[in-house]
Amino acid sequence: MNSRKIKTWAWVHKWSSLVCTVFMLLLCITGLPLIFHHEIGHLLGTEVEAPKMPAGTPHISLDRVLEVAKAKHPDRVVQFASQPEDDDGLWFVTLTPTPEPTEDFKSVAVDARTGEVLAQPKFDEGFMYVMFKLHVDLFAGLPGKLFLGFMGLLLLVAIVSGVVLYSPFMRKLDFGTVRREKRPRLKWLDLHNLLGIVTLVWVFVVGATGMINTWADLVIKYWQYDQLSALMTPYKNEPIVAVNERASVQRSMEAAIQATPGMKLSFIAFPGTSFSSPHHTTFFLRGNEPFSSKLFQPVLVDAKTAEVTASPKLPWYLWALLVSQPLHFGDYGGMPMQIIWALLDIATIIVLGSGLYLWLKRGNTVPAASKKAEAHAEVPQQQQHVPGGGAVQPEPAPAMKAQA
Amino acid sequence: MKHHQQQHHHGHHQGFWRMWGWPIALGLLTTFGLISALFSDGGLGDILAWIALGIPVVAGAWYGWRKTPTGNGKS
Repeated sequence: MNSRKIKTWAWVHKWSSLVCTVFMLLLCITGLPLIFHHEIGHLLGTEVEAPKMPAGTPHISLDRVLEVAKAKHPDRVVQFASQPEDDDGLWFVTLTPTPEPTEDFKSVAVDARTGEVLAQPKFDEGFMYVMFKLHVDLFAGLPGKLFLGFMGLLLLVAIVSGVVLYSPFMRKLDFGTVRREKRPRLKWLDLHNLLGIVTLVWVFVVGATGMINTWADLVIKYWQYDQLSALMTPYKNEPIVAVNERASVQRSMEAAIQATPGMKLSFIAFPGTSFSSPHHTTFFLRGNEPFSSKLFQPVLVDAKTAEVTASPKLPWYLWALLVSQPLHFGDYGGMPMQIIWALLDIATIIVLGSGLYLWLKRGNTVPAASKKAEAHAEVPQQQQHVPGGGAVQPEPAPAMKAQA
Repeated sequence: MKHHQQQHHHGHHQGFWRMWGWPIALGLLTTFGLISALFSDGGLGDILAWIALGIPVVAGAWYGWRKTPTGNGKS
């Protein structure tokens, strides 16, 4: 690679990373507790669990569960109901003022066997909520999400350009070399290169899947338009099915489960909400294999008749969204994987921090070194021969400026 | 262009593996680890993932922490 190309890539690396670094540091720091949000929830006592009962204890009707939840918030409508992946003794019912997407929701946890209200968890306050919002949308809704997604894209550009620059920097060095005894800038440059290349694939995957997750709202909107609008033709011009016209949700659920043998219910979206249509109660079921349990099969059940209208195949873009979630969260391989996620996250913080440091200290090169570099300007790869490596930098170094 | 030709003389191939051997190996391990746990629920795939993802972490910590710049092992 000639020095002109190096200069171009260095420019790309500098600007792509400079713009996103502060946000990436924020995402890494807020992401760290989120890796352990279940464990932290247990410690804080905010995690709701159904009391242990013998297997096979009969469940009450889902209609009854919804009544119990609605009694807590009579002025609201049920938007979603869900069951935790590992506990079917529990229902979470989400109630909002209207079926429209909103931040204003109340949650009621109901025991699926007794109908007892176990908790009314508040998901919109506390330390973890602040971490979550900063991580997901900077408290700015969809624009905040899309902004962070764009920062994620810049991170991917910074990673690619960083890999390209790895080779001119490492040409004379063995893998893992950290020159500690020289200037601190050199040590941090070597650590930046080492930790950057070691975490490369992980950061790329977590960055890319994080970016995909920022598009979730849009992807789901597109899914409604793409897949559900065709199913809506028979219902043209009909309003959202009123609550008193709806068939039994328990019966609808049984129909949905019957239509998808071997699958397990995950959540229910009620008519008019973002995951359903105005005329259907939509049931989302998980597969029972390790991989298919990460995917959903939607089943649309007519809200008035409790008959299955369709169970459309998951389109590729929802598949991609759902697969990208565990790859971003690191929640699919037990506690050791969460710890590895945290360690790689910390390594990424060091890469980001050292990159920032290298930029802040960019003027701090030894003048003698740049003099020498100028003298050897036409020697191929002269940058690597400068004692102390003063000219080998991700930003236009004195030697490169001299050549330009 | 002159630079280009000079790179091609002896040891270019060897030089590639010397520089990229470890990064490629660690990248493949990471890829394998990330995928293998997707197809496992508390089984062998998870254990393989811990090992495959743990090696890059250990490599980073080892080279990042040790005192001697080149040489072997601790100072």
